[in-house]
Amino acid sequence: MDESTVRERIRSYIVRELIHDSGYDLMDDEGIITGSLMDSFALAELGVFVEEEFDVYIPDPDLTVEKMDTLDLIVARVMRDLQ
Amino acid sequence: MLTLETRHTYNSLLEPILQNQSESPALIYLETGQPPIEITRNEFRQNIIDYAAALQAHNIQKSDLVIIAHTQSLDSIYCFWGVMLAGGIPSMFPTLTEKLDPHVYMSNLSELVSFSDVKAILTTDDFAPQLVEAVDCAVIASSALKIQENAQFEPVNTDTNSIALLQHSSGTTGLQKGVALSHHAILNQLASYSDSLELSQDDVIVSWLPLYHDMGLIAGFLLPLIQGIPLVLMSPFDWIAHPAMLLNAIDTYNGTLCWLPNFAYNHMARRVRKRDTENLSLATMRAFINCSEPVRHDSHQKFLERFADNGVSDSQFAVSYAMAENTFAVTQTPIGQYPKLEIVDRIQLEENRHATPVADGMTVVSCGKTIDKTQVKVVDDSDNTLQARQIGEILVKSDCMLTEYHHRLDLQPFVDGWYRTGDMGYLADGEVYVIGRKKDLIINAGKNVYPQDIEAIVNTIDGIHKGRCVVFGVPDEREGTELIAVVAEIDSPEIDEKDLKKTIRQTIATQTTVAASFVTLVDGKWLIKTSSGKIARDANRQKWLQEHL
Repeated sequence: MDESTVRERIRSYIVRELIHDSGYDLMDDEGIITGSLMDSFALAELGVFVEEEFDVYIPDPDLTVEKMDTLDLIVARVMRDLQ
Repeated sequence: MLTLETRHTYNSLLEPILQNQSESPALIYLETGQPPIEITRNEFRQNIIDYAAALQAHNIQKSDLVIIAHTQSLDSIYCFWGVMLAGGIPSMFPTLTEKLDPHVYMSNLSELVSFSDVKAILTTDDFAPQLVEAVDCAVIASSALKIQENAQFEPVNTDTNSIALLQHSSGTTGLQKGVALSHHAILNQLASYSDSLELSQDDVIVSWLPLYHDMGLIAGFLLPLIQGIPLVLMSPFDWIAHPAMLLNAIDTYNGTLCWLPNFAYNHMARRVRKRDTENLSLATMRAFINCSEPVRHDSHQKFLERFADNGVSDSQFAVSYAMAENTFAVTQTPIGQYPKLEIVDRIQLEENRHATPVADGMTVVSCGKTIDKTQVKVVDDSDNTLQARQIGEILVKSDCMLTEYHHRLDLQPFVDGWYRTGDMGYLADGEVYVIGRKKDLIINAGKNVYPQDIEAIVNTIDGIHKGRCVVFGVPDEREGTELIAVVAEIDSPEIDEKDLKKTIRQTIATQTTVAASFVTLVDGKWLIKTSSGKIARDANRQKWLQEHL
């Protein structure tokens, strides 16, 4: 799976399921948790989503606000295991 | 152990801690990515004596109120007990989180200090410099405490009726009520509640709950430490992001009891990954006790379905109805059997305030019978006691009530010795069923949220028509809690809606402890007002639900 497909799937998931606002134009480098778009529940939810969607397991020490706050960071972490 | 029979032999919460000299584990502290830290009872006792000595060197004396504004850590735990041992009154204050605006947090603390006559605030090294500027009392950073082994400590006599600690009831913003509890009341609660739980030396309590909340402080902290059974503890922030760590802890340490607000069942059922629960056993658990927000049978079912393969069964679910003003538990369902369920008629409930059992209707989960020496009655608006199955306000009387709201003589909690809970419910076969709140209150993931507080915050945002905003709770089956919805009227149609929605979310997140799940902007015709021009919260809520869900 190429990077842009992964990026768009995650973006669409976050906007639809975590921000509850399909019209939201989420930027690649926008702070999702530090920008208050969603709370820290979302980290656990992202962990489940990427496991089910891409069969990628992100261990707990990597599921932190610091390492998962933007779409860029999330995509990079998923791609690391997909490649 | 402290039991109903041995209760009379105890005078203070400190005795059981100081007398228990053993190498058995008192506390196991877990943190993601770090090895577990195990503290024996002897180490625990010595640590709090060292902290108490250091606090005395900072002039903490009998009856001094000391706020602990830390991140949850072993340091904050020793501070709490050290203050009590030095004769002071400890109070855990919520932690500053990444999202909360530090200025808002400081201003809340500063307000608390000026109203409550706080002697000192104990805090982290990182946070101390900002705090010194903001508050009018001593600020003692962790490193400034200068903990020395075997430092000289002057024992302080404890009167059993003196205040042991303050619990600050969870509010969204602003001045919070400090629930003052005596040693006497807390010991009574722990003896009665342990009896309801059939607590024994074989129990192991596992908790992720914050220590500034009654459920975390009493059930998930004082109970195991005083009863001499192991406590396996983790930080709420760690658990929220990594929910499987609680289940791993139960498996590793043979956990038997765990208290959870309703949303936690959904959170774990949905967000614990399959790979995290392979070969994990939860069969040692005696009870997962649902407490502190409305209990949903479907949340239990989701949890059961998800973790049945790990040994979770019907008989492990239990419910408690609790409040800080009664120290903690008012009721408890029997351990080892699924709580009673009632199906009642919705129309009878709403129109005749009567819980009439029917075949098809609303499911209500029992909160069980009252614990020993706690009584409950249900009254109507004129304070007449109601018959079984009639809906009214729940009043509580017990031997484990608060002494007062600290420095708030304007708030009188008792009417003829009964405490008004503000909760609506009914009694049936001696069991308590809670169905709602008297006033508007959103319970979001175990936190009490007053919609007025959030409306006041949104009303300060540029682009929002002042006074034209309504906030309400939206029950969410998937999350097992109420989510927060904001509907706000815009000033002009030219506004950038995306920007404004983002500002609303950010402002709420940085000024309160909660986040808005739904933000809807509307034009001048949308909001329904009452005849006197006020925003009708419930009517707007109904309208929004019809349009959106």
